[in-house]
Amino acid sequence: MSDLFRVIDPGPCTTVQDRGRFAHLRMGVPASGAMDPYAFRAANLLAGNDPGAAALEITFMGPTLETLCDADIALTGADMDRTLDGAVFPMWRSVRVHAGSIIRIGQAATGCRAYLSATGGIDAPIVMGSRSTYVSGGIGGMAGRALRRGDVLSRGDGKLLRRPRRLPWIPLFSDDILLRAVPGPQDDYFRENAGMFFSSAYTVATQADRMGCRLSGPVIARDSGAPQSIISEASMPGNIQIPPNGQPIILMMEQTIGGYTKIATVITPDLFKVAQARPGATVRFVSLSIDEAHHLFKEWSKFIEDMGTAIASASR
Amino acid sequence: MLLVEYGEGVNLEVNRKVHATAARLRKRPPAGVEDALPSYCSVAVIYNPLLTTLSELESAILRLEEISSAPGWIPSPRTVEVPVCYSGRYGPDIGFVAETSGLTIQEIIALHATPSYHIYAIGFAPGFCYLGGLDSRLFAPRLESPRAMVPAGSVGIAESQTGVYPLNSPGGWRIIGRTPLRLFAPERPEPFLYDAGDSIRFTSISAEDFEEIYRREKA
Repeated sequence: MSDLFRVIDPGPCTTVQDRGRFAHLRMGVPASGAMDPYAFRAANLLAGNDPGAAALEITFMGPTLETLCDADIALTGADMDRTLDGAVFPMWRSVRVHAGSIIRIGQAATGCRAYLSATGGIDAPIVMGSRSTYVSGGIGGMAGRALRRGDVLSRGDGKLLRRPRRLPWIPLFSDDILLRAVPGPQDDYFRENAGMFFSSAYTVATQADRMGCRLSGPVIARDSGAPQSIISEASMPGNIQIPPNGQPIILMMEQTIGGYTKIATVITPDLFKVAQARPGATVRFVSLSIDEAHHLFKEWSKFIEDMGTAIASASR
Repeated sequence: MLLVEYGEGVNLEVNRKVHATAARLRKRPPAGVEDALPSYCSVAVIYNPLLTTLSELESAILRLEEISSAPGWIPSPRTVEVPVCYSGRYGPDIGFVAETSGLTIQEIIALHATPSYHIYAIGFAPGFCYLGGLDSRLFAPRLESPRAMVPAGSVGIAESQTGVYPLNSPGGWRIIGRTPLRLFAPERPEPFLYDAGDSIRFTSISAEDFEEIYRREKA
């Protein structure tokens, strides 16, 4: 374990995240974890880590960090301006840094969230099974909060890479987003307007965070006679809530239970698109069956699983 | 996620079934089940589609209900005592509740500390309990504008609900007292004192007792 980064400028919301905190949902502790699991996993594999090691999740604008030891880093996800000691460095590749270097990460040109990993993973105390930061619960990561100027982050033990690594492809993030969603659990409250929901374009509002992504567009009214809200039940990442104002909210990582109706649920393979959606982007929904969703989940799992092999063959 | 529903509304019998199923699923999870999240009327079963199918899962849950309805198979619900210092600086709104209800402060304390409150669900914040069973004479409206910060442990009333804030947080409930217990202690092996399906009984303590327990909890 050694000191890794000193935070010179934290950026607006930079947090330590890993895969998430499971098995405490029923106690009101949300899963948390990386919003874009694809970019998160890539960052770790590129830096030579376990795929679930903790990394920094950077939101829209990045931090400036001084490196305190030699390490391999990898920056993945949203396409952010970035320099290492003043020179642009590539994303989706491992980059060797040395003690005393300055990593400066600027604004996202496309996408919304980037992941910065380093050899050995970010070391933070494991709280209830995870290093993920849950800011409103005050747990995980750096003292349960986003990074601040002057923080010193350390890294776990890990070997430097013998040769650099790269991913043979780079995901592109569009401002025209198609999300596949399975109707329910309360689709029977919206029989009259389901057609409108699945044929309209929505705009990502500025209030989008780790709890959820608010959309604005045609108002989805519930059927006459359907209740305004439900008795609180499980809320999951991907659930599309329709609150009484009829403007959808796609729920993300910080959820346990809630009392708003949910017209449909975005499939797991498409959640990274929500994580990367920028305010002003256009979102459309397409309906599919649970069987189709399971099929797509299997394909996606295989794709994720094969990432390590893809990196290995591209890095030879 | 598969939502297993047992009924509608706030109903004790339905809710007991919900928590029994969730406990069974935790004790003996069928293949592919990752978690079971109970709330008022339903259990959300979180599963991995790589390891099971919906029909396998449904029959596994039904089988589990049949083989495990024997008493003692899952732990019986507990009643957890939560000491509360009512009024004074810990319960700034108890005077308001006295005014709206026409009760004395002593009567409010007696009514609030008498029942055992069933924990229907836990959510919204770590360890925040949705409790049932508040005496209707104690119903009180929320604050017109929420406080920016309500201290952890504060016991409040909002309409027909009562509850405790496990963490410092903004909030609009009428605060009638505070517990010195730490309801959410993430560093403890058991971070919480209760589980959904258990009951809570509040006991009235003095300010001196509050200080003493508070010091012990902080240590």
